[in-house]
Amino acid sequence: MNIMVKVAGAAALALGLAGAASAQEKLKIGFIYVGPVGDHGWTYQHDQGRKAIEAAFPGKVETTFIESVPEADSERSIEQLARTGHKLIFTTSFGFMEPTLKVAAKYPNINFEHATGYKRAKNVATYSGKFHEGRYVQGVIAGKMTKTNTIGYVASFPIPEVVAGINAFMLGAQSVNPNVKVKIVWAATWFDPGKEADAAKALLDQGADIITQHTDSPAPLQQAEARGKFAFGQASDMIRFAPKGQLTAIIDDWAPYYVERARVQLEGKWQSQDVWDGFAKGKVKMAPYTNMPDDVKKLAQDTEEAIKSGKFNPFKCPVFDQSGKEVKCEGNGALSDGQILSLNYYVKGIDDKLPK
Amino acid sequence: MIGFWESILLTVITAATPLLIAALGELIVEKSGVLNLGVEGMMAVGASTGFAVATLTDSSSIGVLAGIAAGMALSLIFALVTLGFAANQVAAGLALTILGLGLAGLLGAKFVGTSRIAIPPIHIPGLSDLPGIGKLVFGQSPFFYLSVVLAVGVAWFLRRTRAGLSLRSIGENHASAHALGLKVLRTRLLAILFGGACAGLAGAYLSLVYTPFWSPGMTAGRGWIALALVVFASWLPLRVFLGAYLFGAATILQMHAQAASMGLPSQALSAFPYIATIVALVLISMRRVGATPAPGSLSTAFVPPR
Repeated sequence: MNIMVKVAGAAALALGLAGAASAQEKLKIGFIYVGPVGDHGWTYQHDQGRKAIEAAFPGKVETTFIESVPEADSERSIEQLARTGHKLIFTTSFGFMEPTLKVAAKYPNINFEHATGYKRAKNVATYSGKFHEGRYVQGVIAGKMTKTNTIGYVASFPIPEVVAGINAFMLGAQSVNPNVKVKIVWAATWFDPGKEADAAKALLDQGADIITQHTDSPAPLQQAEARGKFAFGQASDMIRFAPKGQLTAIIDDWAPYYVERARVQLEGKWQSQDVWDGFAKGKVKMAPYTNMPDDVKKLAQDTEEAIKSGKFNPFKCPVFDQSGKEVKCEGNGALSDGQILSLNYYVKGIDDKLPK
Repeated sequence: MIGFWESILLTVITAATPLLIAALGELIVEKSGVLNLGVEGMMAVGASTGFAVATLTDSSSIGVLAGIAAGMALSLIFALVTLGFAANQVAAGLALTILGLGLAGLLGAKFVGTSRIAIPPIHIPGLSDLPGIGKLVFGQSPFFYLSVVLAVGVAWFLRRTRAGLSLRSIGENHASAHALGLKVLRTRLLAILFGGACAGLAGAYLSLVYTPFWSPGMTAGRGWIALALVVFASWLPLRVFLGAYLFGAATILQMHAQAASMGLPSQALSAFPYIATIVALVLISMRRVGATPAPGSLSTAFVPPR
């Protein structure tokens, strides 16, 4: 009888200690990247966010990342993080959507954050940035700076986010230059410097004098700089790759959002949600305006301010689709968030056919 | 002012050159009977080391040499495993690709985010300035001229030299070649080193000329395309040259087709280079009766009988 009590007491103590020990255990947070951290663009900025989490909660979190995960093969990478004790997993590309949901269904106790997606679950939240706000400002600059009225666009995949970017860019350019045209090459990749350089060269050969991109390497910028033309950086400030050629870049600042989500996870208050911020909340920023005349700079800054303060919406109605038909406005005098997130048509003035 | 078509041709040349160089190296390796699947890894270390050394020494030429050396060093490991230990060549090659990609990332980690001026094309005063063909023939990147010399050299070596004949016979039937007194392992070692050097050179081209920066993943599967080119070209150097340029041209042209809004679906255009190259090379190889088959001893290990 005595021995039983002692054993039971020892077991309880051990369990209690184990419980206390696991409370001291660090929160493991995992990241799945679609490209290399060294792309100095999209993935680089996500990694900056990851580092911000480590800096904000020293000793309490442990972060892991897997980079250059091909979207088609991502399920096992996500699963690997799930199986190794990570309680919060960020999957940072649109193409990770289905694999994230699949793994999330198998691990209901792990929380997932999917970037730029639109499907949620009880343990899957989505988040994205209103990059199209930055695209609109870029369009304004490009419309003013182009001398050949031809802009080259190195695009990646025809998903709504990319299409929204092209549309916002064109609307911005058209607002200052009704004659501007855009030429689009779909590189079918998020990151392949050689191919992106080839696409930029093709566009420059076809008469574009400003290049913008939705792919992740600095290669198109380098090509533009080499020929004395201008370009926009993507997802982070790429001025060091094109000191004379970069006009500005859209910078994605995920750090405040990531730190916030880590905090709610640590406090046990995590909930699925959808967050879509832009200039106003600082998630999207513009790199310093360089290599442009002062009046263009002022116009760009004013446009940025107007969008940031909410006074101006890049997709304000009326919006006309390619055939000239007016699109039904479901927001407050502008396209609604839902409409922007599911954009699958070009606005008037774009001559290309959208690949379906 | 350069014409539109000259401009396209120049872009095609830059796209085809790394594929051609890597494929020619792999051609020699496979002709000697070794299947080296590690081309992608060797290209990556070539790109990474080349860029790193070029940045450290501020000399792109030394960077190129370093890239070649890095490719050769990695291929030396492959040679040790497949020739020294007679291990399975397919497995060893794949392992080396993974090792090469990882090593390249490790070596290049400190240099991510730096940019260099690309190695400029050559300029012969007078000749390069000729209108029209001047730039095309006399104003190319030194790598292009090297790739042409390599193509001609490899073809000549294989067809017209004793050493090339030995290499081919070793690749066809290493047992008989050994019985005849040919040095199988030594020839294969030299072939593998040559293949590694070419892959490293192609990699250095990527990071020092094509897109002058280093980023992991920048080889983007070009090593695999070079491997496929060798096979589809039936192990013939001239066809490898054609295949590399066909692939490069198709890639560039499909982008121009998109930029010119020709209305063709972009996904089909993206697939076009791969399909076109496969179809063309298979057709060429089919026309001759008994088209050159694979070297008889390809990917079988040679253990000298005692």
